[in-house]
Amino acid sequence: MHKPELLVTPMSVLHMEQLIEAGADAFVIGEQRYGLRLAAEFSKDDVAQAVSLAHEHQKKVYVAMNGIFHNDKVEELNDYLSFCQEIQADGVIFGDPAVLMAARESAPDMPLHWNTETTATNYFTCNYWGEKGAKRSVLARELSMDAIVEIKENANVEIEVQVHGMTCMFQSKRSLLGNYFLYQGKAMEIENRKQNKNMLLHDDERNNKYPIFEDENGTHIMSPNDMCIIDELSEMMEAGVDSFKIDGILQEPDYVTAVTALYRKAIDLAADQPEEYEAQKDEWLEQIEKMQQPHRPLDTGFFFKETVY
Amino acid sequence: MTNMIDKISAIKDGKRVIVKKPELLAPAGNLEKLKVAVHYGADAVFIGGQEYGLRSNAGNFTIEEMKEGVEFAKKYGAKIYVTTNIFAHNENIDGLEDYLRGIASAGVAGIIVADPLIIETCKRVAPEVEVHLSTQQSLSNWKAVQFWKEEGLHRVVLARETSGDEIQEMKEKVDIEIETFIHGAMCIAYSGRCVLSNHMTARDSNRGGCCQSCRWDYDLYAVEDGQEQALYSEGDAPFAMSPKDLKLIESIPRMIELGIDSLKIEGRMKSIHYVATVVSVYRKVIDAYCEDPENFKIKKEWLEELDKCANRDTATAFFEGVPGHEEQMFGEHGKNTKFDFAGLVLDYNEESKMVTLQQRNYFKPGQEIEFFGPDMDNFTQVVETIWDERGNELDAARHPLQIVRFKVDQPLRPLNMMRKELSAK
Repeated sequence: MHKPELLVTPMSVLHMEQLIEAGADAFVIGEQRYGLRLAAEFSKDDVAQAVSLAHEHQKKVYVAMNGIFHNDKVEELNDYLSFCQEIQADGVIFGDPAVLMAARESAPDMPLHWNTETTATNYFTCNYWGEKGAKRSVLARELSMDAIVEIKENANVEIEVQVHGMTCMFQSKRSLLGNYFLYQGKAMEIENRKQNKNMLLHDDERNNKYPIFEDENGTHIMSPNDMCIIDELSEMMEAGVDSFKIDGILQEPDYVTAVTALYRKAIDLAADQPEEYEAQKDEWLEQIEKMQQPHRPLDTGFFFKETVY
Repeated sequence: MTNMIDKISAIKDGKRVIVKKPELLAPAGNLEKLKVAVHYGADAVFIGGQEYGLRSNAGNFTIEEMKEGVEFAKKYGAKIYVTTNIFAHNENIDGLEDYLRGIASAGVAGIIVADPLIIETCKRVAPEVEVHLSTQQSLSNWKAVQFWKEEGLHRVVLARETSGDEIQEMKEKVDIEIETFIHGAMCIAYSGRCVLSNHMTARDSNRGGCCQSCRWDYDLYAVEDGQEQALYSEGDAPFAMSPKDLKLIESIPRMIELGIDSLKIEGRMKSIHYVATVVSVYRKVIDAYCEDPENFKIKKEWLEELDKCANRDTATAFFEGVPGHEEQMFGEHGKNTKFDFAGLVLDYNEESKMVTLQQRNYFKPGQEIEFFGPDMDNFTQVVETIWDERGNELDAARHPLQIVRFKVDQPLRPLNMMRKELSAK
């Protein structure tokens, strides 16, 4: 059976080596100046290094440029795209049409992945961005398994789906943590908050804890659970989904490496020995459960959850 | 590639006047609100249909009602736009063509769209309908504006995160109609980039199911060495991200000088009292500035008038720079309006000075009430004897939609409104 690419988010070039060892096929990296909610900051030098490391091992690197850009950054987009082209990155991830426009000017051969996170919700729109120049669409996480399969069946572009980790629920341009501390009169926290990636919003009514952090792109609120569908990969593989992503944002590097190794096994077995996959999948899920931090329960995201409107 | 934006002002009889007057665009959740918005001075009204819009809870229009709305608006030279700004899922694709043809047949001037599925389908099946990009796309830079222009859109509604300076640069670089919000409630998130409702209540925010989880209170903790520590003290207001409502009345002159094409009031869920009040104030501001920009001043009475229907504090948000903590609400969830809508004028008899009025809230003899309308100055009066339709004297107007009569000294017209101060019950 078709094997989807296993895409992960490294914390450093060093971490990438471990992830390659663990079986990752491709990587998402970048810096918050252009990309959203990255697991780590990769300077241009790091990105260049990461690309050569990946290419040595026949792996791929996609550079994130999926920010929502204001006028002040528009002019730099061309330079950064030229840089990506120069170092032969394997793709650039975008959400804002300005990046698409700049790529036509400065990096016409660069493969583009359309990823706004929340708005890739039907196959027509995935194909629309394909016609505009995208090679791949990264689906919204708020879709059911059935919807994903239907999109893949009707898509003229590659389809990427997140299979593990936390997802973003909210992005504001405002500095919501800083504003709260200023309102409380607590200057200390404001100075510290750029490093702090360990804040939680408690929602007592739902007994949920949502990670929240601030960066150059504003304030981000993340899902209360880590999605994990290591035991539910077959259907999407049969449908031919092109890429499975493990998002390691706000996790420890060792955790991401261990999870990557398990998904590697799962994908390989599901493709080559489906019965073995069925036999072993519950055990992998248990292993991952044991690695979870106490405030990060696992769930299956929206794969089997109905939403109304 | 500086374009020559249509000329904004000209000299007339030695005096500068604005020749490019922006459209005043108002919300309407149903036909009655649409008529009020147009009557009170809106140049265009945006409404929602039964599907593909983002307010499942608003009244929303059938195609027949859209037709009636369009016909009514036409008499005033006003336009109707329909919001079709969901991010569609596969299951929403079927039926879209018919729906858009229906909208077109109703004679609406344009649709407000976020999803390329709906943009492209509209271009194909209803090319006579203008396509406006919704704020749901969070459009924030001139190059993306250029993209949508090349895609054939007639107008773009900018992200609420764009500043006046940024809009100026967009206007200089791209020749396309720009619409921005001037008044009303706002998302605190980049629009289209929030799925809090999906996670918290299994309702799809980007298909009209938003339950405003961003207006709830949360407790903020930090995790240190596996231990959670509260980042608030006893008695502190909880963490909140509720923004104050947008009010850009004092920025209208700048917006007009920038050549912004459409000034939009938010609020399809709001009452006709709200729509009438806000529309008539901004109508006056825009007209006064365009007529004589050099001597224009914001009148105190306009600000007071807006305040009469406000149920949150207000702020200028991103138009004037990045909003700080003082533009959010902590420890409070809005307030009651100071005034209530008390009645809608149906008729006025000049000879008997008798008004016929549809009751919208309790009032009684001896109470001071205020009348307002698009074609008059506000005035207050104390209510004397109230009669019902059959001429029976009433101790109070108690019943919603009840038709009552009483004497009013100054002349009134149908669709004028009556409000009462809330403390004066």
